[in-house]
Parts: sequence; C-alpha cells; structure tokens
Amino acid sequence: MAEIVRVENLCKNYGDFEALKDINLTVNEGEKLVIIGPSGSGKSTLIRCINYLEEPTKGKVFIEGKEVNRKNHREMAKNYSAMVFQQFNLYPHLTVLENLTLAPIKLQHVNKKQAEEEAFKCLKRVGLTDKANMYPNQLSGGQQQRVAIARALCTKQKLILFDEPTSALDPEMVQEVLNVMVELAKENITMICVTHEMGFARQVADRVIFVHRGQIVEEGTPEHFFTNPEHERTKAFLGKILH
Amino acid sequence: MLKGLFNVNRWQRLLEALPEYYIPGFLMTLRTALCALILALILGVIFGMFSTSRSKILRAISRVYIEFFQNTPLALQVVFYYSCLPILLGGGGMRIPKFVLGVMGVGIYTGAYMSEVIRTGIEAIPKGQTEAAYSQGFSYMQTMRYIIFPQTIKIIMPPLANQALNLVKNTSILAMVAGMDLMYFTDSWGSNTGYFAQAYFTSALFYFIICYPIARLARYLEIRAMRQPVGKRLLEEVNADGGAN
Ligand SMILES: Nc1ncnc2c1ncn2[C@@H]1O[C@H](COP(=O)(O)OP(=O)(O)OP(=O)(O)O)[C@@H](O)[C@H]1O
Ligand SMILES: [Mg+2]
Repeated sequence: MAEIVRVENLCKNYGDFEALKDINLTVNEGEKLVIIGPSGSGKSTLIRCINYLEEPTKGKVFIEGKEVNRKNHREMAKNYSAMVFQQFNLYPHLTVLENLTLAPIKLQHVNKKQAEEEAFKCLKRVGLTDKANMYPNQLSGGQQQRVAIARALCTKQKLILFDEPTSALDPEMVQEVLNVMVELAKENITMICVTHEMGFARQVADRVIFVHRGQIVEEGTPEHFFTNPEHERTKAFLGKILH
Repeated sequence: MLKGLFNVNRWQRLLEALPEYYIPGFLMTLRTALCALILALILGVIFGMFSTSRSKILRAISRVYIEFFQNTPLALQVVFYYSCLPILLGGGGMRIPKFVLGVMGVGIYTGAYMSEVIRTGIEAIPKGQTEAAYSQGFSYMQTMRYIIFPQTIKIIMPPLANQALNLVKNTSILAMVAGMDLMYFTDSWGSNTGYFAQAYFTSALFYFIICYPIARLARYLEIRAMRQPVGKRLLEEVNADGGAN
C-alpha cells in the first residue's frame, strides 16, 4: 500500500511546554487510524500539525511525499485533506448547500451546478438531502456534524482528519454520526480519527495509536488494545474509558 | 435669545435667507458627511484588519493610528490640517479646499473609531470559523471575504451606524475654519442679523433631518442583528410534513 502521510520527528512546543515530543508516524492510503489518549496528551495537536493548523516546532510532515511547509500549506489543504471538528465549525451565515459548495466553487473552480449536484450526493450519503436549504442553527448537533462530514466529502479529498467528532454531541446523537463514519470507512478514504468511541475503533480501525504526554506510547490493532495492552498507561486509560 | 423666538418678522427673514445660507450649507454638510463616511469606512476596514492580523508591525501601525486620533480633539486635528498641512506639503500660500479639509478631518477621525468597531467585530467570530476555512485551503484574504466579513457585518452595522451619526454631527467643527458648512452659515447669518433663535433652531432642524433616519436605521439594524437566519425548507419536506399538520 502506498503511504499517504508521513510524520518525521515532529515536535510542537507551546512556550516551554512540549505538547508533542519526537513523533514518528506513517499512514497508508485507505487506512483508518484511530488516535486515543487522555485529555491534554497532544492528540489534537498531532492531527492539527498534519494540515498545518498548528505549525510544527521541529520535524516534518509529508503528504503523498510532499513536505507540508509554511509556504504551501494552503495549497496542500486544498488538494489533499479535509477536517471535521469537535465543534462542527459550519459557516452559520450560509445554508447547508452553500456550506458544502463554497470550497469547490471558490477554490477548486467547479461550476455552481456541478458543485450542487455533488453536494446533493454528499448530503445523501449522510442522509440529509432534505436539509439542503436550511441554516446550520436550524439543525440538531448530530445533523450539523453530519453536514460537516458531507462538507469534508464534497471536496473529494483522499485524507479526512477527525478531531473528536462526537465529543460535543448529546449522547442520543452520537450514534447517527458514528453510523455515517462507519459507512465512510468502507471506502478508500484515509481517515485519521481522534476519538474515544472504542466500539467505533473496533469496528473500523486498521490501527490504533495511544498518545500520552506528547508521545506515541503504544500502537496496534483494536483487538490488541482490547485484549492485551502492554503499557501500564494504556491499561489505566482503557480501564477508565471502557467502564 | 429666546425673546425673539416668536417674532414673525424674524422668521420671514429666515425664510428669505434659506436659499443663500441654509441650503448651500446643508448640501455642503451632506456632501462632506457622505465622502467622509466613505473614507472612514475604508480606513476602518484597513486598520480593523491590521489590528487583527498576525503581523506585529501591522498591529502596531493600527494601534498608533487609533490611539492618536481617538485621544486628541477633532478640533485640533482640523486646525492642524488647515494651518500646518499646507506648509508641510511645501506650498506656502497654498490653501486646502474646505471640502477636502472636512472630508479628511472628520473621515480620518471617525475612521479610528470604525477600526475599533471592525476589530471587535472580527474578534467576535469564533476561531473555529477561521480554522474551518484554513482546513479547506482558503487563504487569509479569502477567509476574510467569504467567511469572516459576512458574519462580522451583522454585528458591526449598528455601532457603525452610530459612528456615522457622530460623523454627521462632527462635521459642524468645520465652521471653525470657515468651512462653508451648515454650522458656518448658521453662525454667519445669526451674527449678521442677531436673530440667534431662528438661526440655531433652523440649523438643528437640518441636522435632525440627516441624523434621525440614520438613528432609526441603527435601531433597525440592531433588531435585525439579533435574528438568526431562517432557511426555506425543500418542497419534498413540506409535502412530507403536510399530512401531519
Ligand atoms: N495554543 C496553545 N497554547 C498553549 N498550550 C496549548 C495550546 N494548545 C494546546 N496546548 C497544550 O498542549 C497540550 C496538548 O493539547 P491537545 O489539545 O493536543 O490535547 P488533546 O490530547 O487533544 O486533549 P483533549 O482530549 O482535551 O482534546 C495540552 O496540555 C494543552 O494545554
Ligand atoms: Mg483535543
């Protein structure tokens, strides 16, 4: 399998604080990678360095062999990656349809009609075609997050980054979002997903990494994490979130 | 002053003076205000954006501009442009046209306040909006244009309208440098005739004619800014719901 993301010796400091310490990681095309770890361990920082929302202090990030740097990161984001945020971050002044078509029309120069057709296809995949002309504030949290996923799909990127997509949701809405993500995982899209939904991880992840204090402490299949995690930290963490 | 207020003869004189004093003054004030408003808005957008940019230099520049013009009296600024600017520009006997003087004085002054309004408006948009835009590959300018400004505009319209109101009233400072504006003609006709009551009441009325609609507009925008957008539902959904309702 071809590798799509490579992270080399990545460090990220906030002042004196080392949020990430020498991270090395490769992700293959089509792989579903789940990142777990306690609060403040650096999970968000790690995936935000991949699309350069955070600028690495040291080390390199490559996407499809191209280094992401200060100069080209907008271009790289435009061409390779999309992101789904914990707080959805839909554009509240635009309708659902406009949220989906803004980037294709303005950045990828798709014509409006085509972009809308594509947007409807994406909305269909998240089951929300009937909400196309609504504004985000008229939708429930779960629906908003599904729209955000559709927005990520709409730019047809190979890589989608998820930062705790279900953490801000009411419990009864978590499943509808996870269902959409499970469906998505059947396709050849590369997914890097920070989540504590271990059921989801077990269902779709090819690999799980456990991050602790800015380092990757343990890595393996979901089964490995459920059956015999090695590291004490991992055991303690899983003990907490599985009960 | 109030003694002659109900003197019909004096009002008669005032009516006669309208075409020569009040109308040109009113038009001058209106023109000055309009152009100064445009200048203030342009400065406000530029320096408002500077204040929120990542560059320390740009932020410092806008800070200096804002603090300087907010913390010195407008009257001094206008007098400075009137008396010192021609010398600084080289020409000894040169005079800056009164209209330009007014637009500059009030425009640059109000621009400082508008910058602050626009800065707070931009800062009121959650950081997640910028991040979402960047994650899609939008540049800084595109993010501003498509995502931040359209959301900011709703928040800042009411305070901007209030600034526009102040701007109109502040144009009266031009009278100090014989600005041919409404206030200047008011003073001039008032002291010529000694009919101060007529002079100032009429002047107030003219200012009111400009300011009141702006004040109403500000109020309207305030109410509108509190409303959330509501989208139309698609036809299928309306039909699907039809049975239930
Ligand atoms: N902008 C910042 N300035 C200073 N410190 C920061 C900043 N962003 C993150 N940090 C710190 O870096 C560490 C890692 O943060 P990060 O958001 O990556 O954690 P996380 O694993 O995603 O946690 P959570 O599960 O709470 O989202 C935290 O200790 C946090 O306080
Ligand atoms: Mg996080």
